[in-house]
Amino acid sequence: MRSSHHETAADAEGEPAIEYILHLYITGATPNSTRAVRNIKALCEQHLRGRYELLIIDIYQQPALAKREQIIAAPTLVKKQPLPVRRLIGDLSETKRVMEALGLPDLPLNNSHE
Amino acid sequence: MQDFNATSHPSLPQLPKAPTGIDGLDEITEGGLPRGRPTLVCGSAGCGKTLMGVEFLVRGILEYDEPGVLMAFEETAEELTANVTSLGFDLTGLQAAGKLRIDHVHIDRSEIEETGEYDLEGLFIRLGYAIDSIGAKRVVLDTIESLFSGFPNQAVLRSEIRRLFRWLKDKGVTTVITAERGDGSLTRQGLEEYVSDCVILLDNRVIDQITTRRLRIVKYRGSTHGTNEYPYLITQEGISVLPVTSLLLNHEVSNELVSTGVPALDDMFGLKGFYKGSSILVTGTAGTAKTTLAAGFANEVCEKGGRCLFFAFEESPQQLVRNMNSVGIRLAPWIENGQLQIEASRPTLNGLEKHLVSIHKQVSEHKPDAVVIDPISNLITVGNISEVRSMLTRLIDFLKVNNITAMFTSLLSARNERQEMTEEGVSSLVDTWISVRDLEGVGERNRGISILKARGMAHSNQVREFIVTNHGIQLLDVVIGPTGIVTGASRLTQQLQEQAQARAARLELERKDRELARKRLVLEATIANLRTEFESVEEELRQISHEEQSRLRSGNGKHQPADAAEGEHTSASADQ
Repeated sequence: MRSSHHETAADAEGEPAIEYILHLYITGATPNSTRAVRNIKALCEQHLRGRYELLIIDIYQQPALAKREQIIAAPTLVKKQPLPVRRLIGDLSETKRVMEALGLPDLPLNNSHE
Repeated sequence: MQDFNATSHPSLPQLPKAPTGIDGLDEITEGGLPRGRPTLVCGSAGCGKTLMGVEFLVRGILEYDEPGVLMAFEETAEELTANVTSLGFDLTGLQAAGKLRIDHVHIDRSEIEETGEYDLEGLFIRLGYAIDSIGAKRVVLDTIESLFSGFPNQAVLRSEIRRLFRWLKDKGVTTVITAERGDGSLTRQGLEEYVSDCVILLDNRVIDQITTRRLRIVKYRGSTHGTNEYPYLITQEGISVLPVTSLLLNHEVSNELVSTGVPALDDMFGLKGFYKGSSILVTGTAGTAKTTLAAGFANEVCEKGGRCLFFAFEESPQQLVRNMNSVGIRLAPWIENGQLQIEASRPTLNGLEKHLVSIHKQVSEHKPDAVVIDPISNLITVGNISEVRSMLTRLIDFLKVNNITAMFTSLLSARNERQEMTEEGVSSLVDTWISVRDLEGVGERNRGISILKARGMAHSNQVREFIVTNHGIQLLDVVIGPTGIVTGASRLTQQLQEQAQARAARLELERKDRELARKRLVLEATIANLRTEFESVEEELRQISHEEQSRLRSGNGKHQPADAAEGEHTSASADQ
C-alpha cells in the first residue's frame, strides 16, 4: 500500500521544489475537521509557500482509503515527504507541536513568536 | 411472588443468542453469546483469546452463515491466517468468498503526534465499511487495548471506546472483544466497565509444573449460564470447552455385547460379557494381572474383527507385546494389520488436558471399537485427584457418546484400598467394575477375581481364583472349605480331603451293598429250606389222603375200618 504512495510522490517530484507532501484525512464537516483544514492551510501558506502539496481526503467518501492508510483518529495529517513518515492527529491547533512534527526549523517559530 | 412467576413465564421471548459453534461453549452459555451485543473475552497471554475470536467468526460463517469482520490490532492478516491454518481455518478462502474481512489496525506510537482535539472516527469508518461491505453479523476486535499504547489521551480514548461499543450495539452485530488480563481487575484498561453484557474469563494456570487452561463466565446479563470453571483445550479443531456438569446423560445405548476375552469370566456376567459402549474398570493391587486382563480384552476385540486403541502408561509397545506373548496373548499380528494401536507414553509427558486431547485425537483418527487405558491411576502423578476425576469423567462421556467400549485399569495400594477407590471416584462413573486382588493365605498369594458391579445385568457374586497360564487367564472352579473359599495349596489340600472323603463314602456304600447281598442270600436260603419242609409235609399229607381214599373205596360196606382210620389219623397229626 505504501509503495503506491511513493509513486504519487514520484509524480509530484516532477514539479520542482516540492518538499512537503501532506495528506490530511478528515471526517466531513465536523468541527475538528474544519479546524484542521483551516490550521494546516494557514500554516503551509505561512511557512511552506510553494514547497508543499496538500491533499485533503474525506474518509466518509473514501472509507477504503482509511483502511489502506491506517487511519484511526480523525483528523489525521500524514506527512509523506520528507521522510520519516509522521502522523499528526488532532485539529492541528497546537502550532508548535505541528511545526516540530513537520520538522520545520526554528526560524518560522521565531516569526510566529510575538 | 406472583409477579415474579409471571415475568419468568417460559412463553416470554428469551434473550436472542448467537451460537459460537465452539465445542462446549454453547452448552455453558446455554445457546451462545448475546446476539447483537458485545462480549468481552479476557485472559492472560497464551490463553487463546485471539483463537477464540477467530473461531467464533469462522464457525459463524461456516455453520451459521453469518459473515464476520475481524479487526486485528496486534497481528496482520497474513500472520493471523498463518497462525490458524494449522487448525484448518482457511481465512484467505473466506475472504475471497466475501464472508470475512480482516482489517489490521497498525498503531505506531513513534509516528503519532497529538496536535489538538481528535476522535477515533477513522476506526468507526473502517469498521463500518468492513461490516457493510459484506453484511457482517459478527465482529471481533482483537485486543482493542492496543489503542491505549498508541494514543496518550486516555480521556478521549475511553469516551471513544464507550461510543464504539454503543455504536456496535446499535448496528446489531454480535461482537467479541478480547482484552489482556490486568492485575486485580479483569482487564488491564478496565474494559469490563464498558462491556456489561457478557464477560468470559480465560485462565492459564500452572500447578505443579502442569498447565491447565480454564474458562469461566463471569457474567452474562439476562441469561443463566454455567458458573464453574471449565477446562478447555486448544485442539487440532480449535477450542474445545469440556463442561463436566452440563453434559447431558442422554447418549444412545447399545444392546450388543462384547466378550471379556476370558470365557469363564464371561460366564460370571449374566449376559456373557460387557455391553458395547460401556465402561469397565479393573482395579487391583500390584501384580494382579490387570494388564493381562486388559490385553486379553484387546485381543478379543481384535479377534472379533474390531479395532482397539491401547494407551499404555507403564510399558512400551514392544515390552507389552513381548510380555503378553508369554501368557499366550499374541498382539503382534493385530498391530501389523492395524486393528490394534498401542500408544505408549509416560503420564508426566503431558498435562491431563493434553492427555485428553491426545486421546481424543487418537480416537477420532483410529475410530476404535474399544479403548484400553492402562492404568489410569498413573495419571494422578500429573494432577490432583479431583482433576483426574473430572478428566476421566469427560473421557468416559466422550467414549460413551461415541459408543466405544472403554476398559481402564487402576492400581490400588494395598494399604488403603477402599479409600483410594472413593477418592478417585471413578467407580461411580463406570458401568462395570471388576476387582482383582491377592488372596493371601498361609505362605502364598493367589489371585482372585470378582465383579463388584455390572450395570444392567445379573452377575456372579463369587470370588473366583484365577491363574495366568501360558494360554491366557484361566478361572478355576470354586472350592469351598469349612472357612469359605479356599485357594492355592489349601485348594489342593481341600481337594485331596474331598477325594478321600468321597472314597471312604464309596467304600462304605459298597460295604453296605455287600451286606445287603449277604442278607438276601440268607433270606433266600431260609425260604428254600422252608419250602423244602413244606414240600415234604405236603407230600406226606397227600400220601395219607391217598391211602385214606383207597381204603374208603375198598371197604365200602364195612364200618369198622373207619374207626381204625380215624385213630391212625390222630396219631399222624401227633407225629407232626
